[in-house]
Amino acid sequence: MGRPRTGSRGIRRRAVPALLAAGLALLATACVPGTDGSMAYGPGGGPATAVPDPAKAGKVTLTVWDQEIRGGTNGELEQLNKEFHRKYPNVTIKRVARSFNDLKTTLKLAVSGNNPPDVIQANQGYPDMVSFVRAGLLAPLDDYAGIYAWNTRYPNTLLNLNRVSADGTDFGTGRLYGISQTGEYIGLYYNKDVLAKAGVQPPRTWGEFTESLARLKDRGQQPIQFGNLDKYPAIHTFGVLQDQLAGAEARDTVLGRGPGFDTAATKDAAATLADWTKRGYLPKGANGLGYDDAAKKFSSGDGGYLLTGTWQLADLKKAMGDKLGMMTPPPASAGAAPVTTGGQGLAWSITSRSKHPEVAAAYLDFITDEHAADVMTAHGVLPAVPGAAAERVKPDTVDGQMIAGWKRLSAADGLVPYLDYSTPTFFDTITAGLQGVISGKTSPEAFAATLQKDYGAFMRKQRERHAAATPSPAEPR
Amino acid sequence: MKRLLNTAGGRRRAPGEPRAIGYLYILPALLLYAAFLLYPFGQAVWLSFVHWDGLTVATSAGFDNYRDLFTDPALRAPFAHALLLLVFYSALPVAIGLLLAAALSRARVRGMTFFRTVLFLPQVLALVVVGVAWRSILAPDGLLNDVLRAVGLGSLARPWLGDYDWALPAVGVVGTWVGTGLCMVLFLAGAQRIPRELYEAARMDGAGPVREFFSVTLPGLRPQIAVALTLTIVAGLRNFDLIYITTSGGPGNTTSVPAYEVYHRAFETNQVGSAAAVGVALTVLIFVLTVTVSRLVEGRRS
Repeated sequence: MGRPRTGSRGIRRRAVPALLAAGLALLATACVPGTDGSMAYGPGGGPATAVPDPAKAGKVTLTVWDQEIRGGTNGELEQLNKEFHRKYPNVTIKRVARSFNDLKTTLKLAVSGNNPPDVIQANQGYPDMVSFVRAGLLAPLDDYAGIYAWNTRYPNTLLNLNRVSADGTDFGTGRLYGISQTGEYIGLYYNKDVLAKAGVQPPRTWGEFTESLARLKDRGQQPIQFGNLDKYPAIHTFGVLQDQLAGAEARDTVLGRGPGFDTAATKDAAATLADWTKRGYLPKGANGLGYDDAAKKFSSGDGGYLLTGTWQLADLKKAMGDKLGMMTPPPASAGAAPVTTGGQGLAWSITSRSKHPEVAAAYLDFITDEHAADVMTAHGVLPAVPGAAAERVKPDTVDGQMIAGWKRLSAADGLVPYLDYSTPTFFDTITAGLQGVISGKTSPEAFAATLQKDYGAFMRKQRERHAAATPSPAEPR
Repeated sequence: MKRLLNTAGGRRRAPGEPRAIGYLYILPALLLYAAFLLYPFGQAVWLSFVHWDGLTVATSAGFDNYRDLFTDPALRAPFAHALLLLVFYSALPVAIGLLLAAALSRARVRGMTFFRTVLFLPQVLALVVVGVAWRSILAPDGLLNDVLRAVGLGSLARPWLGDYDWALPAVGVVGTWVGTGLCMVLFLAGAQRIPRELYEAARMDGAGPVREFFSVTLPGLRPQIAVALTLTIVAGLRNFDLIYITTSGGPGNTTSVPAYEVYHRAFETNQVGSAAAVGVALTVLIFVLTVTVSRLVEGRRS
């Protein structure tokens, strides 16, 4: 009597995995995820030819996803959004603002979904912008660049960083897929009080700078404040060192046409970084100190210099007031052209399936034009192309120093893109490598070899992609 | 006997035997579970067999992603780290929890509720808060190094989270701190259910505190130890927030763990297939370990 029961239960038990397997098989036969990039032009239609007039677009809601949540940039963007709505009352801007990391993790799903935002901020480089272009999710802006004269508004160095080749393979060349509002570069901040106490003048040359490090150390001061627990800050420090040795070479390498990373400049820069750590020019245990903590220490008087981006200026100024000074990393000889790591804020792009690409283009123009630049300056933000208001900023203030540095860098073509743009995995490779160099675990030679391994592998992959994209005539089909 | 069954409706069911209608009762919960857990898990399994950047068309990968788990050192290391962290997340909390429980249940301590609350407190805090707090404690000028310098052990002070040899143990200690309270509270509750007579009998037989612990307390706490081990192993293996907040896997890759690698690959380096494979492997690992624990420690229920 008991037997049939156990038997039937046995069957049912075996049925569960079978059902699961059937479900999985169903899933597996469902369509493959992803898009094939066939929607590069959206319902907005073909290329634009005349200056769009948003006023005639009817009632439009423009959805904008951005990451400008910090004080200055948030304020400037809110003001510009309000002004745009006042100018075109028929256009309502629906803004979705998230932190950089939150935007990065959600943007991919939003853009590839059925109802993508019209305007997004895309991070330059392979993981984000190039991937979006390859999937056909961003609209090329070259027509608008002509109509609105963006080509002449921006220096080429900056425009190129927002370019991706039409086949979605290369970064830094090809079609324009976004424009940026703000400029940014790694500058040398200094504490006037700390320098004066050690009898050090703000350096005019790289030699004076390195000499002052020894002097500050002798006087018991921390020469450069630096925290690398968050991994990325060392990219900036290393970038500045490398740029001193071979800036143009580094820029070519990042854009995929340079000599790579197994170079003397890479090794020497890494050796300098290790040397500075050993001599105590950089704080002992920098790998264990947070980026924000280092900035806090510097602003409270612990440290003569801080090498970091212009985005820190507002916060540092709030804490330090007139004690804060700022310059581009000093060049080899006094008055020579400066060179440093830098670029621009995230690109503002239009999604390919936006229903209102023309309104979106007008919006992009509005938040980056000369008036917008003045609004940015008023909010203490560095515009990519400084306007009239920037001229009126007193040159002896730290804001004036920052603007002057940016102008000199733009004029001298002295900006080297962030090194982590080099390959899709380069951020991991270089940050892990630099933590090794700073701790003394990794020799400069091994570091250069590690970078080159990642870079070389990616370059090979790129070449294969190019070869696949242009089949040789000998091949059938 | 036969007649009796027949009068009961002719059904061949012994009393207490589950009825088919039981499935109807669990249906709502099962539907939710399937929609939010089984279906996504099925998707993850499916994604683990493709190469996908999250945007363009995926290509079939076969077992590539799984093979990489064994051949790629960058993927093997996180699993090794996770297993090492289990010492801190699971073994130590259970051991310390047992000691504390044994001590606290023997002696009547004044302000017992206070101690219990304090030790349990880390469980109540969000792990993000724990991470931020410990990040500042372990900083080069943080509390730990300050204390070391104050007591003349300055030579031991180091940037804990930035030190290649010490970052992993440092993150592990945070896990011990979080887990110990939970284990202790579980064991205290369990110890109260051990019959007093067993202790009396042990003492009559001349057992000291140590003997008493091993002969009475430890066997009596078997089910609680199984629960504590299961909870702490699961918590230790899926540990993401602490790593994300404190070290982001650094310095180098010395503290990367599978759960962090899933996030990192899926969202930051566009390797969705590989991320899914790591996730599935992690699920399998957790499953195997917890089943082993319940078989070994709890004993097979009849």
